[in-house]
Amino acid sequence: MTTDTNRRRFLTSALAGSAAIASGEAALAQDKAKGAAATVIKSNPKNLPPNVPIWSKVLGDSVAAHPYGKPSKFEKHVVRRDVEWLTASRESSVNFTPLHELDGIITPNGLCFERHHGGAAEINPLDHRLLVHGLVDKPLMFTMDDLKRFPRTNRVHFLECAANSGMEWRGAQLNGCQFTHGMVHNVMYTGVLLKDILAEAGVKPTAKWLQVEGADSAAMNRSLPIEKALADAMLAFKMNGEALRTEQGYPLRLVVPGWEGNLWVKWIRRIEVGDQPWLAREETSKYTDLMSDGRSRRYTFIMDAKSVVTNPSPEAPLRHKGRNVLSGLAWSGRGKISRVDVTLDGGRNWREARIDGLVLDRSLTRFYIDVDWTGQEMMIQSRAHDETGYVQPTKDELRKIRGANNIYHNNGIQTWLVRANGETENVEIG
Amino acid sequence: MSRSAKRAIVAIVALAALSPLASAQSTKLGLGREATAAEIAAWDIDVRPDGHGLPPGKGTVKQGEDLYIAQCANCHGDFGEGRDRWPVLAGGHGSLRHERPDKTVGSFWPHQSTVFDYIKRAMPFGNAQSLTNDEVYALTAYLLHLNEIIKDTNFELNQKNFLSIKMPNADAFYDDDRETAEKSFWGAKPCMTNCLKEPPKIGSRARVLDVTPDNKSAPRVD
Repeated sequence: MTTDTNRRRFLTSALAGSAAIASGEAALAQDKAKGAAATVIKSNPKNLPPNVPIWSKVLGDSVAAHPYGKPSKFEKHVVRRDVEWLTASRESSVNFTPLHELDGIITPNGLCFERHHGGAAEINPLDHRLLVHGLVDKPLMFTMDDLKRFPRTNRVHFLECAANSGMEWRGAQLNGCQFTHGMVHNVMYTGVLLKDILAEAGVKPTAKWLQVEGADSAAMNRSLPIEKALADAMLAFKMNGEALRTEQGYPLRLVVPGWEGNLWVKWIRRIEVGDQPWLAREETSKYTDLMSDGRSRRYTFIMDAKSVVTNPSPEAPLRHKGRNVLSGLAWSGRGKISRVDVTLDGGRNWREARIDGLVLDRSLTRFYIDVDWTGQEMMIQSRAHDETGYVQPTKDELRKIRGANNIYHNNGIQTWLVRANGETENVEIG
Repeated sequence: MSRSAKRAIVAIVALAALSPLASAQSTKLGLGREATAAEIAAWDIDVRPDGHGLPPGKGTVKQGEDLYIAQCANCHGDFGEGRDRWPVLAGGHGSLRHERPDKTVGSFWPHQSTVFDYIKRAMPFGNAQSLTNDEVYALTAYLLHLNEIIKDTNFELNQKNFLSIKMPNADAFYDDDRETAEKSFWGAKPCMTNCLKEPPKIGSRARVLDVTPDNKSAPRVD
């Protein structure tokens, strides 16, 4: 079978699947159907061998046709998606990275998931200022040009929302890798080290915490321990080589390697140096972890090791018997990924996955399992290990300690059920 | 404190003699300009639990109620019950151990400063930073009244008495203890072959549970 026919078969089956599932699933189904319906692509036999296809005969677009390039029109289904009923408004909401459509470790800028608390602010960089004040020798105001004159650095890091997989605490809920795991992205940031900016203002010895605050209409504020600010936090103005996207904090965002995404304040306008934390809304009411005893953990900044098989997954079913490439992502906020195990039989037997490409500190890491599939039902799981010796726990192991009301920091092992026809479903086993 | 944060501190201490902070004077690049007092005052809107940043001002529960009805109730409901999927602000007392906890200002928020700070910077949604300090005092007073933390409707909340209020859930937060409470996740040598006595059973399935949820039962990411 050709790739085009495969695509058509896949998209058709996605449509049929959407139509067939229970009416109660309307919202997600409609979303899926809309996405799929818009992208049904048919193969044209006239372009198949032994014929000479049309693109081999006529001229293609000129170099002036696309001053800023976009993905092929055949890739229109590869988009961020949101779940409309999840939040009260789409300005204070989230969408999800299509992990099942990507490979390697770098997330394209336009596909990095978005999470805003007051919409994506659109800021003229000439009018953007960064204020550093509080317990400093001299409060300073920086323009973007000022910031770009500090020594520059490049770092690849994942950014994961603390609520990624948060809908899954009570069991399998959302039938798609994009929705269960898509609040993560991984790009190369270019920017300056926060410690250099702080040094310019001169931090007083009593400083213990920073308040970092955005210029958006939520004025998103969080408290950041000074040790972390001095260790490796960055102020970034570029992602994957180009200016930050509007929705990722253009013209300036905070990068806090390995720590929960909410701390990576976008459109950052102010850093106040203080001697204690601010305990703002996003570090008390939200982004604290309610335990089963009714108490809550706070300052749970680090994102623990986690992994997910992205292919197959509910939106990317298996389409061939015989040889298949199973693929996934692993990451840890504590360091490098050292190993990933994969099981195809629900945990009876595991094998080490093949890690390929760059293995970087606190970065997404790509793994593969090359499998000959005979059409048997599979229960696929992956288990990440990081260089600190942390081994990704099961969801049951997490719930045993934390209960099911945590919302945040769900790094439990994900299970996909692959049926004999290749259809794949989000399930939990125990 | 986390292991990696500790490592970071050790590294910082080790490098103290060479650190940019220690030698700040000599390494300054002369970038940026001094911020003026007026610029700082205009942007410095945060309020901390110890009262740092609390501006002069005052407002009563009654004044807060009028403001709330006019500017907040449309989303949060007349009694803070939350319309549609907008946040519930009141009630939920004693629900934190339930299967569906209601984490409201009264049942969950540990500090009243957070209420002031958040309203001042982010509310009303879509018209942020439009309220005066007196209005934020009044709204904070009214929300604390809706949560039965301030009982007297004639109560005036102000800069002087602000810190006298104690939130019911204030003592229920503790620092990240994953490295001790979840120590078993480190150093495990997981089984690789013949690991299960019985075949795995499917406990929950997205296709069964993945129903469009009603307002009360839907998962939230906010």
